[in-house]
Amino acid sequence: MARFRPGERVAVLSADPPGHIRTPWYCRGKFGVVERLCGSFRNPESLAYGGDGEPKQPLYRVRFGQRALWPDYQGATIDTVEIEIYEHWLVPAREGADA
Amino acid sequence: MPDPHDHGDDHDHDHDHDHEHTPRSFQPDLEDQPQSDYQFLEVAVRELLIEKGVITPEGVRKAIEAMDARGPHQGAAIVARAWVDPAYKRRLLADGSAAARELGIEVGPMHLLVVENTPATHNMIVCTLCSCYPRMILGIPPLWYKSREYRSRAVREPRAVLDEFGTVLPEGVEVKVHDSTADMRYLVLPMRPAGSEGLSEAELAALVTRDSMIGVALPEAPRQAAAE
Repeated sequence: MARFRPGERVAVLSADPPGHIRTPWYCRGKFGVVERLCGSFRNPESLAYGGDGEPKQPLYRVRFGQRALWPDYQGATIDTVEIEIYEHWLVPAREGADA
Repeated sequence: MPDPHDHGDDHDHDHDHDHEHTPRSFQPDLEDQPQSDYQFLEVAVRELLIEKGVITPEGVRKAIEAMDARGPHQGAAIVARAWVDPAYKRRLLADGSAAARELGIEVGPMHLLVVENTPATHNMIVCTLCSCYPRMILGIPPLWYKSREYRSRAVREPRAVLDEFGTVLPEGVEVKVHDSTADMRYLVLPMRPAGSEGLSEAELAALVTRDSMIGVALPEAPRQAAAE
């Protein structure tokens, strides 16, 4: 069962665990909006070390305003970045680290 | 300190030339680079699998040939079909992998996500973590796609990157960058160029460049019809 719905505001965990992580640094601790659920996929943090990647993790595309990622962003205020993020890296926005 | 070769004087440096000149220098061959452990591992495993009859040398060669035959012409065929067939375009945007298969392009287990450029939105693809790329559709990625500079600047200052590629967008267009961090692979569906109304599907495909499907450029403009 996917925890988040498209349109929902979420925060990315501001964590720094060791190992192979596919959540880019530049979005950790940032707030965005779920663009869509992509399906459920085996967890790369386990796959990278010979694990089976189970249980599968729901994968979302999360939309961030450029200004939310880079406060000094020079381009237009409407510019966005969409990033694929696994569910265990997301929390509801009200529980976000910087909230 | 000034550049010693910028002094405007006649050159009278006292070069020592008491050594033998190498008569010619050569570009190093591939094999002259140090071989990595993984290269030795690949050779060892391949030879064992061939010895045991699991694979054949011909099979390996054919697999490499098939991989190298993939290229932007496949993505261009998808884009051109979407330009001429609105129903296909709807299916493509709903399920990129299935729509690619309709044209005989096998995308394997890859999930192809097609993002459409509109007058309001320009899409651009990057993989900041490594170099994820829709190889089944576009073939081998350009070297710059894998460079640290592109991977970092595409999300940090995409408009400056577009400028450097010579891509000028009209005022008010949103630049939407897609960071291909996980299981999706992306193809940009560019806007059909103005003046391409009378072109056939094959002529349209010729306008669709690799870079326009990564989103760092726009498709070629159709050549002006000869004046009557």
